[in-house]
Amino acid sequence: MAQISESQQKVKFYQTGTFTVGNRLLDEKQRNVQATMDRCNSLDSGHRACQGCGEALGARFAIDAAMRATNNQLIAANATGCLEVFTTPYPETAWSMPWIHSLFGNAAAVASGIAAAMKVKGREEVRVIAQGGDGGTTDIGFGCLSGTFDRNDDVLYICYNNEAYMNTGVQRSSATPGAARTATTMPVGKEPGNAFNTGKSVPLVAMAHMIPYVATASVHDLHDLEYKVTKAMAVHGARYIEIFVPCPLGWGSRPGDTVKLARLAVESGMYPLLEAEHGEISGVTKIRHKVPVDDYLKLQRRFAHVFKPDNAHQLEQLQQIADTNIKRFDLLPREDT
Amino acid sequence: MSDQTVIQSKPFAITLDTGSSLLNKTGSWRTERPVYVDRLPPCNHACPAGENIQQWLSLAEEGDYQGAWREIMKNNPLPGIMGRACYHPCEDACNRAQLDTAVGINSVERFLADEAIRKNWRVEIENPPSGKKVLVIGAGPSGLSAAYHLALLGHQVSIHEAGPVAGGMMRFGIPKYRLPRDIVEAEVQRIVDMGVTLNLSSTIDDIPATMEANAFDACFVAIGAHLANRVDIPAADAARVLDAVSVLRDMETGDVPPQLGRRVVVYGGGNTAVDVARTAKRLGAEPVIVYRRTREQMPAHDFEIEEALEEGVVVNWLSTVTGADDEGFQIEKMELDDNGRPQPTGEYETIEADSMVMALGQNVDTTILEQLPGIEISDKVVQVDDNMMTGYEGVFAGGDMVPSERTVTVAVGHGKKAARHIDAYLHGERYARPPQHEIASYDKLNPWYYTDANKKLQPILDIARRTSTFEEVMGSLDEGNALFEARRCLSCGNCFECDNCYGVCPDNAITKLGPGNRFEFKYDYCKGCAMCATECPCGAIKMVPEDI
Repeated sequence: MAQISESQQKVKFYQTGTFTVGNRLLDEKQRNVQATMDRCNSLDSGHRACQGCGEALGARFAIDAAMRATNNQLIAANATGCLEVFTTPYPETAWSMPWIHSLFGNAAAVASGIAAAMKVKGREEVRVIAQGGDGGTTDIGFGCLSGTFDRNDDVLYICYNNEAYMNTGVQRSSATPGAARTATTMPVGKEPGNAFNTGKSVPLVAMAHMIPYVATASVHDLHDLEYKVTKAMAVHGARYIEIFVPCPLGWGSRPGDTVKLARLAVESGMYPLLEAEHGEISGVTKIRHKVPVDDYLKLQRRFAHVFKPDNAHQLEQLQQIADTNIKRFDLLPREDT
Repeated sequence: MSDQTVIQSKPFAITLDTGSSLLNKTGSWRTERPVYVDRLPPCNHACPAGENIQQWLSLAEEGDYQGAWREIMKNNPLPGIMGRACYHPCEDACNRAQLDTAVGINSVERFLADEAIRKNWRVEIENPPSGKKVLVIGAGPSGLSAAYHLALLGHQVSIHEAGPVAGGMMRFGIPKYRLPRDIVEAEVQRIVDMGVTLNLSSTIDDIPATMEANAFDACFVAIGAHLANRVDIPAADAARVLDAVSVLRDMETGDVPPQLGRRVVVYGGGNTAVDVARTAKRLGAEPVIVYRRTREQMPAHDFEIEEALEEGVVVNWLSTVTGADDEGFQIEKMELDDNGRPQPTGEYETIEADSMVMALGQNVDTTILEQLPGIEISDKVVQVDDNMMTGYEGVFAGGDMVPSERTVTVAVGHGKKAARHIDAYLHGERYARPPQHEIASYDKLNPWYYTDANKKLQPILDIARRTSTFEEVMGSLDEGNALFEARRCLSCGNCFECDNCYGVCPDNAITKLGPGNRFEFKYDYCKGCAMCATECPCGAIKMVPEDI
C-alpha cells in the first residue's frame, strides 16, 4: 500500500524517488495529474484564500484527479465554509466545473439529491462529489453525511480537515486536536487549549457505516492522494475521503510551511494515512522517516504553550496519541519496528 | 446595453454577470516574490578543471551520453584520464554525502569517456581560424589542455615536448595500473587530430628566439616538476639509492624495469611514495614505506594507502631513515610532540633492504625561464599573475611549475584558464571571469524528496592480479550502473523539472512551459506564500522582497 505509486512507475529514478510531483524523466502518461500541462485547474487562480492555504491546494489536487477519473463528468456540492467563501464571492467563482452551494449542513444531502436526479435522467456517467471543511462535516453536516452513508448513495464526500472553523475566526470543531489553541479553547488554566479525549474521528465513524471506501490523505503526498481519489471514483456507493490541510491562519504557521506541516503530521504519526473497504482497513501508508511530535508542533503557534515547562504533560499526551496511532495502524516500515 | 436589457437577460433574481476569479489579481497581496535561480552546485565549485558536473550528469540521466560527454569536453579534454587519475574533490563536496554517499561522479565521467573512445566521438572546431600561433612547451595535462582550448578558439598550436611520448606526469608519474596507457594515447590523439602539432623529443632552449623564428604570438610553458628532491643518507651506497621520479620514468621508457632488489624501502608519505611502493610490489619486490609522521598526516590519499595496504605494502609510520650499512637501512623511531610534530626518540632499528627509493617531492627545472627578463621565481616555482602570465610579456605558465596543488586536474584547469587569458591577450583584451552564482549548499535543499540509493561501486581487480600484474585496479561501471549513478545526482541549485513548484502552488500561479523549458510564475496571481521555494527539492527558487 505504501509503495503503490512506486510499483506503478516504469522508470526508476533515484534522484527523487516518487516523492516529487512529477519528473522530466517520466513519460507524461505516468505522471500525476498535477504534473501534466493540461490539468484542468478546476480551482483556478484569483481565489481569495490566504497565502499558503492547504485547503485550496487539497481541493485542486482532489477535484482535478476526480475530473480525470470521470472524464470531466463531475458535479460538486459544497458546504458553507472557507472553501465556499474564498472561491465564490458572488458573482465571481474560481471553480471551472459545475458547482453548487446550498447550506452549511446539507452538502451531503444536496449531493445525494443530485446523484438521484442524474440516475432518473439516465445520466449515470455524471458523478457527484460533496465537499466541505471539518466544521461542515464533523459537526454541522454530520446528520446529512451519516444519512448519505446509511443509504449508500453514489456520492464521494471529501472533507478538507484543517481542525477548526477557520472561516468564522478559528473556533473549535470536533476535529480540533487536544491542547490546540482556538478562539474558543484559549491557552489558559491548568489544561490550556482544547481538552483531550474530546472530538471524533469521522473516518472511523464512516468505516462503521460499512461503506465501500474510506480513506485519509494529505496534501504532502500527492501520489497517495491522487491514487485514493482515483480509486474512490472507480467505486459506486457512498465513499469518504478526509484530506489533511494545514491552515497557516488558524494554526499560526508560516504560509510556506503548509506542505511541510502536513508531512510532519504524517511522519510523526499524528495523522495516519489509511484506506478501508467495507469497514475493514485495507492499507496504510507507512512513515518514511519518523519524527517526534515536537517537530510538527513547534512550527505552530496554536501549540506554543505545550512547550512551556508547566505544560510538559500536554506534550507527552500528544506524543502518546502519535505513538498509539503508529501502533494501532502499524505505521512504521517493517525494518524500523 | 441598457440597464433594462441586462436585467431581462439574466435568470430570476440574478442581477450581475457571473465572472471568473481570474479578474481578481491576487498578486497585489504579495510582499515577497519567488524567482527561479541557478545556484552553483558544490561539485562544480570544487572542480579544479571547472567542469559543469551537474549539467553533464543531467544529460547522462536522460541517457544522452554523447551530450554529456560534449558538456565535459567544453571544460576538460581528458575525461578518460580524469575519470581514473582525478582525486575527485567534487565527490568530497557532494551534498548527497549528507544523505547516504556522494554521487560517484568520477566513475560516471570514466564511463562517458570510455564510451567516447569506443565510439570515436570527435570534437569539432567551430571558431574560424584566428591567424594567431601559440607555442606550448610541455605535453603534460596542462599543456595538452591549453592546446586543446586554444585550438577550439581557432588558434594554431604547436606543442613541444622534451620527452619521447606525450602525457608528462600522466605517464611518468601515474602508474599504468591506475591509468592504462591506451586511454592516454586515445585522448592525446584526439587533440592532435584537431590540428594541434605535437613535436616529441623536442627541447626548447630559448623561448624568445623560438617565438620569433616561428612567428608565435604567445607561449604557454608547462614543463612540470621533474627534479626529485633528495636527502643525504650517511654511508649509503649511491647505487642502491634511487629517486621516485626516475623509477617511475624507467617503468615507462626503460628497456628493463628498474632493479630494486628483493626488499625496497620507499622513503616518503605522498601519493608518489605509494605509487612507487605499489609498482615495486608488482615487480615482485617487498616494499616498505617509511614515513616520519602518522598515517593521518600522510599527504597521500587515504584510499590509495588503503589499496596499498590491501596489496601487502608495509608502512612504518613515525620513522626516519638515518643511515645505511651492508644489511640495509637504519630507521630512527619518531614520536609526536605537543604540537603534532615528529621528534626523534633515539630508538633505532634496521630494515633489511636491497635498495631505497626517495619520494620526497619534486622541483621545477626553471632554467628555461631564468634567462628571460622580468621572470620571478620564488619558492622554487615560477610566479604568474591572475592571468597566468609570467613577468615576461606573452609568456604564460601553468601546471606543476607554478604555485598550486600538484594534481592532474588542477593542471587541466590551468590549461583552460591560460587558454582563455592567452586568447584575450591575442585579441588585445583581458579575460573577465563571469560572476559566480551563490553556492547551493545542503541547507538550500529539501532532501525529503530524495530517495535513499547507495552508491554503485566500481568493480575492483582481484588482489592476486593486483600484486603481480599492471592491470587496471578499478574497473568501469556498466551502462546500467552508470545511469543509476547519474540519477543519484540531486541537481543542487538547478531546476530538474520535477514539477514540485507547479504542483504545490495553492494559487495555480505557475505555468509549466514544457520539457526543457522549465516554469514561469504568474505574478498576477502569486500571493508570495513561498510554498514553491520551501518545497523545491534542489533549491532553485529564491524568495526576494518586493519593492513596496
